[in-house]
Amino acid sequence: MASNLKCQICSKPATVHFTQIINNKVHKIDLCEACAQAKGVTDPSGFSLADLLVKVALNPEPVAGNELRCEKCGFTQADFKKHGRFGCPNCYDTFKGMVEPMLEGMHKGNKHIGKTPKCALERQSFSERLTALETGLHEAIRTERYEDAAHIRDEITQLKQSQAAVQQSH
Amino acid sequence: MSLSTLIDTPSELTDGTSSKSAIVLMTRIRLARNLAGHSFPGWAAAEERAEIVKQCRKAISAATPMKRGHALSIDEIPELERQILIERHLISRELSGAKEGAGVVISKDQAISVMINEEDHLRIQVLRAGFQLRKAWSVINDLDTALEGSLDYAFSPKLGYLTACPTNLGTGMRGSVMMHLPALVISNQMEKIVRAVNQLGMVVRGLFGEGSDASGSIFQISNQTTLGETEEDIIKRLEAVLKSIIEHEENARAKLLEADAEKLFDRMGRAYGILQNCHILSSSEAMNLLSLIRLGVDLGLFPAEQRATVDRLFIEAQPGHLQHTQKGQFEPAQRDILRATRLRTEFWSFPKPDYDRPGRTT
Ligand SMILES: [Zn+2]
Ligand SMILES: [Zn+2]
Repeated sequence: MASNLKCQICSKPATVHFTQIINNKVHKIDLCEACAQAKGVTDPSGFSLADLLVKVALNPEPVAGNELRCEKCGFTQADFKKHGRFGCPNCYDTFKGMVEPMLEGMHKGNKHIGKTPKCALERQSFSERLTALETGLHEAIRTERYEDAAHIRDEITQLKQSQAAVQQSH
Repeated sequence: MSLSTLIDTPSELTDGTSSKSAIVLMTRIRLARNLAGHSFPGWAAAEERAEIVKQCRKAISAATPMKRGHALSIDEIPELERQILIERHLISRELSGAKEGAGVVISKDQAISVMINEEDHLRIQVLRAGFQLRKAWSVINDLDTALEGSLDYAFSPKLGYLTACPTNLGTGMRGSVMMHLPALVISNQMEKIVRAVNQLGMVVRGLFGEGSDASGSIFQISNQTTLGETEEDIIKRLEAVLKSIIEHEENARAKLLEADAEKLFDRMGRAYGILQNCHILSSSEAMNLLSLIRLGVDLGLFPAEQRATVDRLFIEAQPGHLQHTQKGQFEPAQRDILRATRLRTEFWSFPKPDYDRPGRTT
């Protein structure tokens, strides 16, 4: 194999090369002697290889130019490189561009099709709709559109009643 | 309920009546969940971690299966007791090392544990003896739905449950099954199995010890991928792989008996002899000897009801449990002597092997 390959962990010249098929996808790993030893991949039974592949995937090439920072928790791309974990749920929005390529080959697909937290989502959409209606109500009152305000008030009452019914049924 | 009551009550796995299964010892499913609007545990400051523990603990303790359970703060649990909880798979090593703002709620029967502020805010886990992925899923699914009734989970329609590490996105579900595979180990087929299982997006790990150290021939097989398939799909995939591994193990056992029964009986007979007479026994050697006795039970050398004894000893021979029974902390060298004494005593009253009636009872 070409000798100019770099170790995927520390970037020194790679001397150990693996090819492994996982999830029907071919994965190649190049490591230097020291990293291969440290990760235990010289062990021929290949126990740690699957784990290692994930670790390499979690060590993405930095997206050049923009130093993004999560506005909710202050997490940066450099933090991810260091920890291999994100700072908060909102980071998945902030670092979307980095997450998407990372998911390729890590999972069976890139779209969730499993369970959804119905109650939590209902509650969240309820509070979002309530906030929107209340803003509308204040705005209607401020601009003296009293007929609109009365309609919005009815809508708020209705929304609250339906939410109370949902809560009871849970 | 107090910590000492918890420790002195046999768990789902130390309770001998549950050891009916020959090859699959235990099933476990865990779900990773996080609260919306909070930093993940590894990034959250101390006050936020404390707030998360408070919120989660309240919700968990109110859920039906967790009533009359144990709610513990990690920093309040002494080291030895933490070790015991690890050996019973009720907490992880990572959680055990957490300093503050971490906890666990364990159900009264020790079949369910919910870790708070491990890698994710919640790690919900259900344990079942034997091969019971579907039963475990139905229990954990209900508990998860109950928790979601009062906790706002972080969820995205596209990525599913949002987790600290992208490897757990989607369902956040990890199903694992612990299998006893001595014949595949003896006939050097584990490497082949591991590779085949890896190709299907699943991981094989030795249960005792790290990495490839699989003393006791006990392996844990779990799904590695969590996004892009339903929980049901993951369970089906695991079931198919496990059934095929069980078949391979059964074939390997039949072949060993056919090709060289004397050699196999010799191994099991020697294991019995050592367990009756040893004075110094390391944890790893103990696991390997017990594994051979368990195989002997499966092959009919020992009565089937002794499988429960062996499964109990697998856990009781580990450092935490051993020191707890001896009521003290001991150096590794002393532990090896205590372990030998313990097993010697057990095996003096263990039935003698009956080499005339070997037949597969699996
Ligand atoms: Zn390297
Ligand atoms: Zn963030």
